[in-house]
Amino acid sequence: MAHPKRKTSKTRRDKRRTHYKATPATLSTCSNCGAAVKYHRVCPECGHYRGKLAVDKDVSA
Amino acid sequence: MRHRKGFNHLGRTNTHRKAMLSNMASSLILQKRITTTTAKAKALRSYIEPLITKSKNDTTHSRRVVFSYLRNKYALSELFREISPKVIQRPGGYTRILKTGNRLGDNAEMCIIELVDYNENMLDDKPAKGKSTRRRRGSGKKKTGEASAATAVAAGTEDATPAETAEEKEAGEENAETEVQEESKGEAKTSEEKPETEVKEEPEAEKKATEGKAEAKEKEEKKEGDKAADKEEDKKE
Repeated sequence: MAHPKRKTSKTRRDKRRTHYKATPATLSTCSNCGAAVKYHRVCPECGHYRGKLAVDKDVSA
Repeated sequence: MRHRKGFNHLGRTNTHRKAMLSNMASSLILQKRITTTTAKAKALRSYIEPLITKSKNDTTHSRRVVFSYLRNKYALSELFREISPKVIQRPGGYTRILKTGNRLGDNAEMCIIELVDYNENMLDDKPAKGKSTRRRRGSGKKKTGEASAATAVAAGTEDATPAETAEEKEAGEENAETEVQEESKGEAKTSEEKPETEVKEEPEAEKKATEGKAEAKEKEEKKEGDKAADKEEDKKE
């Protein structure tokens, strides 16, 4: 089996990692409370989904 | 080989998975809404929906079949007594999965799975539709049968009307056509008038046609006259 002759230097490792980038989440605003919401998710603030109350925050903990 | 075995094993052995889905199904039936991960909810959906469909037919056999999946007599009686009459009109799709974000700790995507008919807030104002098929094939036999019967009943009226319209069209067209073609049309008319149902409408149609012919002849005579005049004018020039 072939083996690496040299240890990958910190520079080489870090240069490789310059292309690792985080992508921002695509957000929408809740139609009920205006909070930022991920698409296809219940609003974490008010529990509404597609304009209707889906999860009652007061009842379900 | 696991070719085409495309379902989620959920990281469990067969027996472990079945036991877990059975417990989750019982919990969902008794509680109407449970919080779990999205992967488990989707597996549970395909596990419990056939059982709910089965519960619409309340027989000893279907009860035993459902019990073999649920292994919980309280959930069984709840399903057959309370849930099945409530969902009897719904053609499948008894559960709803609402994603609620990721769990702290392992960042697993969490959701709420619930029985659609038990969430008063999310129910639409309009009542649930009855059984409506979205298949394009197979359902055509019934319709065609009805259609053929309808045509058979209304054959007399329907047959008469197109012929009448056709004759009217001819009358209109005759203005621009020669007498030779009119004669051929006359023959065509007699062939069209053969069905017995048209007998009543024949006289009116014939009158129209004859009137149309007369007008057409007059016009043609005029045209011929005009043509002759034009020719004479040409000769003069």
